[in-house]
Amino acid sequence: MNSVVCISHVPDTESRIKVTGNKIDETGLKFIVSPYDEFALEEAIRLKEKSGGDVTVLTFGPDRAQQCLREALARGATKALHVKGEVSDADSLGIAKVLAAAIKSVPHDVVFLGKQGVGTDNGLVGPMVAELLGYPQVNVITHLEIGDGKLVAHREIEGAEEVLEALTPAIVTAQKGLNEPRYASLKGIMAAKKIVIDVKSLADLGLDEGDVFQQRVVVVAMEMPAEKSGGRKIDGSDPNAAAQEIIKYIKEEAKAL
Amino acid sequence: MPGVLVFTEIKDGKLKKASREALSIGRQLAEAAGGDLVAFASDAAAAEEAGRYGAKKVYVAAIPAYTTEAYTAALTQVVNDVQPSVLLFAGTSNGRDLAPRVAARVNVGVASDVDRLEWLNGKLRARRPVYSGKAFATVEVTGTPAIATTRPNAFPAEEVGGGAAEVVNVSADAADRVKVVETKVPEAGELSVAEADIIVSGGRGLKEAANFSYIRDLAHAIGGAVGASRATVDAGWIDHQHQVGQTGRVVSPNLYIAAGVSGAIQHLAGMSSSKHIVAINKDPEAPIFRVADLGVVGDLFQILPVLTEEVKKAKAH
Ligand SMILES: Cc1cc2nc3c(=O)[nH]c(=O)nc-3n(C[C@H](O)[C@H](O)[C@H](O)COP(=O)(O)OP(=O)(O)OC[C@H]3O[C@@H](n4cnc5c(N)ncnc54)[C@H](O)[C@@H]3O)c2cc1C
Ligand SMILES: Nc1ncnc2c1ncn2[C@@H]1O[C@H](COP(=O)(O)O)[C@@H](O)[C@H]1O
Repeated sequence: MNSVVCISHVPDTESRIKVTGNKIDETGLKFIVSPYDEFALEEAIRLKEKSGGDVTVLTFGPDRAQQCLREALARGATKALHVKGEVSDADSLGIAKVLAAAIKSVPHDVVFLGKQGVGTDNGLVGPMVAELLGYPQVNVITHLEIGDGKLVAHREIEGAEEVLEALTPAIVTAQKGLNEPRYASLKGIMAAKKIVIDVKSLADLGLDEGDVFQQRVVVVAMEMPAEKSGGRKIDGSDPNAAAQEIIKYIKEEAKAL
Repeated sequence: MPGVLVFTEIKDGKLKKASREALSIGRQLAEAAGGDLVAFASDAAAAEEAGRYGAKKVYVAAIPAYTTEAYTAALTQVVNDVQPSVLLFAGTSNGRDLAPRVAARVNVGVASDVDRLEWLNGKLRARRPVYSGKAFATVEVTGTPAIATTRPNAFPAEEVGGGAAEVVNVSADAADRVKVVETKVPEAGELSVAEADIIVSGGRGLKEAANFSYIRDLAHAIGGAVGASRATVDAGWIDHQHQVGQTGRVVSPNLYIAAGVSGAIQHLAGMSSSKHIVAINKDPEAPIFRVADLGVVGDLFQILPVLTEEVKKAKAH
């Protein structure tokens, strides 16, 4: 069973975000494997451990993005493909076109993505890749079993869970709860160093730059939220008085009572 | 004149709240762009209510259970027939599943999870929180239709009192390579944080799983949903469905009450856009107080039971 895992390289969730122009300022930011992509990767590695095959990790991004491929190889991925390009100049559909073309160049039975890239918080690329490849999609998945030619997945919806059956090849987007991602072992880190990352350009994949960077969604401004004008802080050592204050606030300001 | 098409969903015979919100902002956009507001639904039962929110027509594809590909085919067919300038989806699980698939089929982009929308100089302009609310991006969606998914609770739902929308049946094929074999509802009747107007959240300050009853009791009394910090989810005190934050749900209810939650940056990311925030924490330095409109420095085990009783009394009046 071969799989491809799409991994995006994003600023650490602890980062303080600064804006320059219409983009975030990347200087000094630490980049990590996007948290949901960690669940996607872990699921692919477990699948390989159970039924063999390759796990190819794929990223579209600038040179720094190779770090996330190295990290994934150290955890147990067997192959890596880096498509070079300034990903921050592409919109989600542009990214999806690149990933779809790259996925086609690699043998696979299932393709894993995160349900959402942390940072841009779009949640768009998975279903877009599914459409471009003409595959079924199972989205926001917390449990997965893959058999011959089909899979069973649990999808998180509002206040409930759906059990889905899908034909493969298919696109699976990972939600928290799918598994507990492992850390890289020292042995894994050493073994990963021997693996050569396959680097491709957009042209190598037969992609048209004009189409990839067309920007159907254009960022025209980026700004920081207004600082919250610090609320009131009260002493709650008398629970009755505190409860009265809260009730008053809920009634008069929130108008929720 | 092509206008605005809104994908709507029905639950228990009524339009979902998020769908009514999307219709309301859709109607404003249609007025600005010039054109009618029309809706897509899976049941003609939506017609009357959609009309009250200003929809002139409802395109009905009778596919009972949501599956991505069957809905994509039916909705794309309507998009091709109607040629709307704007296509909106409420940011529900299904809306977020469907919007990008339809967008890729018609080769346009999507502004997802937007909290502001306007029609400006012949284009759709949207504001969306990025980096979990640490910044806001204003984006312009080119392409026809311009697609956006709306953040639940960000747009008020307003009835305008129109008559029932005209029902237009569209042919639909329910065949799909994905089948829903079962829907599991874990805790019957529990409100989901995703759409709730009021959320009461608990953190590690609760000390143990059983003490979530303090949170549940208040949530139940006030008619809100139960939220949780990741620390409590990781400890197995409560299901992940309830987690608020960067790796949980991003919510913006009218009222968010946090008790025993420190307010780590990843938690704040998920709730700081709430309209009214009350925090109860015994540590006066807890970061949650930075975003709280009303911060109470005190012991949740003493305050919550009194508060719950007071809420019950207020509700009884
Ligand atoms: C990649 C990543 C993603 C993450 N995503 C999320 C996320 O989505 N959501 C999330 O919540 N966290 C997330 N976290 C975790 C986050 O960093 C914090 O660890 C977590 O939010 C802490 O939970 P807590 O506030 O319940 O616990 P703690 O930080 O332990 O806080 C407990 C609080 O309770 C107070 N307290 C104790 N006793 C009482 C009492 N009797 N009365 C009143 N107050 C009391 C304490 O003063 C303290 O402030 C993420 C972390 C990472 C690295
Ligand atoms: N540049 C990229 N390279 C590889 N995978 C990506 C990239 N961008 C997004 N993805 C994948 O698509 C998922 C959803 O991303 P998004 O739609 O941006 O929220 C991520 O979790 C990744 O799995």
